[in-house]
Amino acid sequence: MNKKDKIDLSVNFAGIKAPNPFWLASAPPTNTGYQIMKAFDAGWGGAVWKTLGMPTINVSSRYGSINYGDTRMAGFSNIELITDRPLEDNLREMAEVKKYFPDHAVIASLMVDTRQEWEDIIKQVEDAGVDGIELNFGCPHGMCERGMGSAVGQEPEVLKTIVEWVMEAANIPVITKLSPNITHITDPGLAAVHGKTDAISLINTVKSIVGIDLDSYAPYPVVDGKGTNGGYCGPAVKPIALHMLKDLMQHPEIKNTPISGIGGIETWRDVVEFILLGATSVQVCTAVMHYGFGIVREMEAGLINFMENKGYTTIYDFAGKALPNVTDWKHLNLKSEVKAIINEDKCIGCGLCYIACDDGAHQAIALPTDGGRIPIIIEENCVGCNLCSLVCPVEECITMEKFDDGKEHETWHELTEQNRIPNTWNDDRAGGKGHYVPEPADALKNKRKDKSGTK
Amino acid sequence: MAEYKRPDNEQDFKENFKQKKTLMNDTQAYIESSRCLFCYDAPCMNACPADIDIPLFIKQINTGNKQGAAKTIYDSNWMGNACGTICPTEVLCEGACVYTNQDSPPILIGRLQNHATISVIKSGKQLYFPGEDNGIRVAIIGAGPAGISCACELRTLGYTVDIYEAKSQPSGLTIHGVAPYKISNEEVMAEMDYLQNQLGYNIIYNHPISTKEELKKLESDYSAIFIGVGLGATASLKMIGENLKGVHGAVEFIEELRMKHSEVKIAPRVVVIGGGNTAIDAASGSARLGAEEITLAYRGGKENMGAYDFEYDFAVSSGVKGLFNASPVEIIGDEHVEGVRFVKTKLVNGRLTNIEGSEFTVACDMVIMATGQAKQGTLLSLIDQLTLDEKTRIVVNPDTNQTTNPMYFAGGDAINGGAEVVNGAYDGKLAANGIHQWITEQ
Repeated sequence: MNKKDKIDLSVNFAGIKAPNPFWLASAPPTNTGYQIMKAFDAGWGGAVWKTLGMPTINVSSRYGSINYGDTRMAGFSNIELITDRPLEDNLREMAEVKKYFPDHAVIASLMVDTRQEWEDIIKQVEDAGVDGIELNFGCPHGMCERGMGSAVGQEPEVLKTIVEWVMEAANIPVITKLSPNITHITDPGLAAVHGKTDAISLINTVKSIVGIDLDSYAPYPVVDGKGTNGGYCGPAVKPIALHMLKDLMQHPEIKNTPISGIGGIETWRDVVEFILLGATSVQVCTAVMHYGFGIVREMEAGLINFMENKGYTTIYDFAGKALPNVTDWKHLNLKSEVKAIINEDKCIGCGLCYIACDDGAHQAIALPTDGGRIPIIIEENCVGCNLCSLVCPVEECITMEKFDDGKEHETWHELTEQNRIPNTWNDDRAGGKGHYVPEPADALKNKRKDKSGTK
Repeated sequence: MAEYKRPDNEQDFKENFKQKKTLMNDTQAYIESSRCLFCYDAPCMNACPADIDIPLFIKQINTGNKQGAAKTIYDSNWMGNACGTICPTEVLCEGACVYTNQDSPPILIGRLQNHATISVIKSGKQLYFPGEDNGIRVAIIGAGPAGISCACELRTLGYTVDIYEAKSQPSGLTIHGVAPYKISNEEVMAEMDYLQNQLGYNIIYNHPISTKEELKKLESDYSAIFIGVGLGATASLKMIGENLKGVHGAVEFIEELRMKHSEVKIAPRVVVIGGGNTAIDAASGSARLGAEEITLAYRGGKENMGAYDFEYDFAVSSGVKGLFNASPVEIIGDEHVEGVRFVKTKLVNGRLTNIEGSEFTVACDMVIMATGQAKQGTLLSLIDQLTLDEKTRIVVNPDTNQTTNPMYFAGGDAINGGAEVVNGAYDGKLAANGIHQWITEQ
């Protein structure tokens, strides 16, 4: 038996079983049985069917995106509604997919209005043989104007009531999908738990305008000269999703509810990060809309490689492992100290660290006066902010090295407890005290050097 | 066996001399411009003799502002399109790109530059307007890169400008003196027309200035004169046989190639004498005209050639054979050239020395002398108070390009002894501002 065989990626998510944690989110890639069969064949372990509900009419066009440099779709926005295909077609295809793939997770995303409608549709999808139900309380465009989607997600009391209706009617596991368009994600999270949901998924898309067309002066996507707010997703929203996942997983009343992580997941790294913050399945949409179902190959290989290197056999071995290390600012060690080190052998002399620090941070990097291009860290001014290492285009060229001896530990919380909160500006790292700050007039001294001698 | 079939018509010629730096399409430009790091105090910019804000124009291309990119380029260099194509970018901007410090390919700056400039040239979009007429007239001798650049700049400042050009077309060596695979005649002329249409300077063609009387007339008719006369004909080595039939100067050969294309006759066996970039152009050009054996003979070692390494490699890839440490002694033949007699050389105490008794002959039917161009000493000697240095270069104030005769300014090959188009473009612009400063202060 080789190492890889020991790894078991299968999950049991609130009773929904799947061969792996890679699921498709309820979205255009799960619009048809054809797509979902193709996805399962490509390696996906589960799929949340594009939301079923009431008849809709869609507009043309429907998507917009943020491109960054030569990267397309760093952020993605849509104004498409829930499924516009007849309910009976979807139900028939659900049953067919389950026949071909009995061990894969097929989950029906639902969005209806009245209690009766909820009870009816739950019965219909259960009869079709799905493994679970996801409640779409997140869609921030179109449907919310009809009192559904994020209109529910933003009203914890309403959300709780509907979850209660559903729990009473359903015989299969129920996942409540939350909207991020709310100040405290724990409010709807708690409401879902109080309504006795089996699981939570998040985030749905973020209410957004991705850009304005400079000819029609309308937001993207433009529909006959007008636009509306869309739902934002893709790699750009991952940080928002991770933060909300953390908030739920650290809440004492919510943390025992399984959470399916959604939001900008595209690579194995993203998957591992969501699991480290407690997600036990992940849902993907934009990456598939960009690259197709085949993108799962990279996720699976990367996840297995990570687990092999770390010695894990199931994802439950490391699920939530980062949670203890996500804390409030007041518990961070004020005595910890790192400073930037530039590896001269790797530096290519682009000067980005210099100008970023001088213009955007703490004036802690100097350029050599002999015309050389390898910048010099001014140790006394370096507050260890990381900016230079973030802008450096060379792998491992600028590293942040530990400068303290690791013996001292002091937090703001401790200072508060000990009644030692400073009442003067005496931070050793502050400009003007711990290190020098150039005079305002110094800004005009270092004009760009004259180009004499190049003629 | 020759690499190229002799071109019989314009179609064949274009195939053999197809452009070395092809034009980027929008997608290529988008991807390439995305790679630019926007370096601080960017080395590419410092390496650019015209001081073009390269990171800025690349960012402008990347953000869909191609016209702004072209403006950034032309703000610093009036020969913006020609330079993108024929500048030795490999040793200038692209050679300085920080990516090369990590064995990554540099940004293709020259081709990005053309992407922007060709776009505005094709659209005909007016980026510049003549300044308000100040009633002051300036004469320019020579419509080369320096002269044209000086004219453009002066027009934006409101001067009336007349350029006196000995030949029938503008741009000097850009159209007459570089190999056709570097830039086509059409492309050169499109930029020339684009500039002249916007700025409206006059060019008087086929009008060389060569006598004292003509200079006196210019001095009385104009407030200032810019000398952008470049260099003259191929210099003689005063070697026996230089006058035989089949012996050509490289500058003259390339000019004929530029003007007559496939009608230029080439012999089966060609010896090119010289080790500079013009020698490369002549040798690579001979290969593309269908010569069967091309020998590039240089008296020193390969490492001492004036030509850039990438230029020599290009010649070799065209089918040219290098012959080093071979100094020409005599060109052999009765009426027509039959061969070149060389003597082998070696370095002795840092000096190139002939090895006695090592003479040998390379048989050939054509010799191209790429042995440098003569200076325009005769004309320059007619100008009063004009100081020349020991190499017959005009001495100028480096901040203004003013000569020792205050009403004369100069630039380009006439002051640097022979450099790139971009150096001429920079000089012309600098001189225009020098002229403006001098006239304003009077």
